[in-house]
Amino acid sequence: MRGDEPTEENWVDPEIIRPYVVTRGRTQPAHGRFDLISMALAVGPPPGPDAGLDPEHLRILQLCREPKSVAEIAAYLDLPAGTVRVLLGDLFDRELVSAQEPRSEVDMHDIKMYRAVLDGLRSL
Amino acid sequence: MAFARSERPRLPTAIKILIAGGFGAGKTTMVGAVSETRPLRTEEVLTDRSIGVDDISSVEAKRTTTVAMDFGRITLGNDYVLYLFGTPGQERFWFVWDELAEGSLGAVILADTRRLADCFPSVDYFERRGTPFVVAVNCFDGSPTFQLDEVRLALQLDPSIPIVMCDARKRDSSREVLITLVKHSARLRAEPVGS
Repeated sequence: MRGDEPTEENWVDPEIIRPYVVTRGRTQPAHGRFDLISMALAVGPPPGPDAGLDPEHLRILQLCREPKSVAEIAAYLDLPAGTVRVLLGDLFDRELVSAQEPRSEVDMHDIKMYRAVLDGLRSL
Repeated sequence: MAFARSERPRLPTAIKILIAGGFGAGKTTMVGAVSETRPLRTEEVLTDRSIGVDDISSVEAKRTTTVAMDFGRITLGNDYVLYLFGTPGQERFWFVWDELAEGSLGAVILADTRRLADCFPSVDYFERRGTPFVVAVNCFDGSPTFQLDEVRLALQLDPSIPIVMCDARKRDSSREVLITLVKHSARLRAEPVGS
């Protein structure tokens, strides 16, 4: 029960919510399918308390002020990657994050990509 | 370089490299040595749906498995982020390897000369899959010293596959291994980059 105050963020300690409760039993995001290295970035103004978001959603938005991958979000929030995919899907649908669809970006035949990676590694 | 600020923030392109090898070969050590943070850990909860229909789903009831993976991040300028994933050790997690290998730039197979046979499954896997890979012989203190040619022979590696010595604890050494892999992958998939 969320009670009469859905605006209350900390209605229960997030640490004790099991992953399937966090996603209300959903195992697949509503749209798309993010893989482990799909990047997400929070966009637009932070949502107000009436946006109906759960604490995990808000933590993801906070984390994604800089671009983060699904794997990183999962690691920092200590949630399974599948759970993060679902939550990210919610945020994506509300246009609160900009996110990459999986396997849409990297062209493994693109010589420019290899050059950029080599340059980056050399300057580490 | 100067970019006009676009309305929508641009996301960097994420690239992944797999770090494979037997248990204790130094996978997580290498991830930690070159990454910008300590190694992170992510868990995938997999059901038989993730495992695939042509595998075992027809004979086994629905079940879930949790697989933990260590990984690290290297930010390469504004446009690229490189993720290094240590592959899960047990062979029953091949289906996780499939997800990791899909769309990857390539793989580093870490070889421990004390247990060279441990990297046979990784070599077989990436050869079969056509994923570019290099072999890095991790030189532990007190490990038997082999010539790289001997290791190549023992692993029955094709002459075209690079094999290098490394110290997975050292940033520079691990970085050189990654550079060797990126060049190798570029040679196979794009056009030659440098020497």
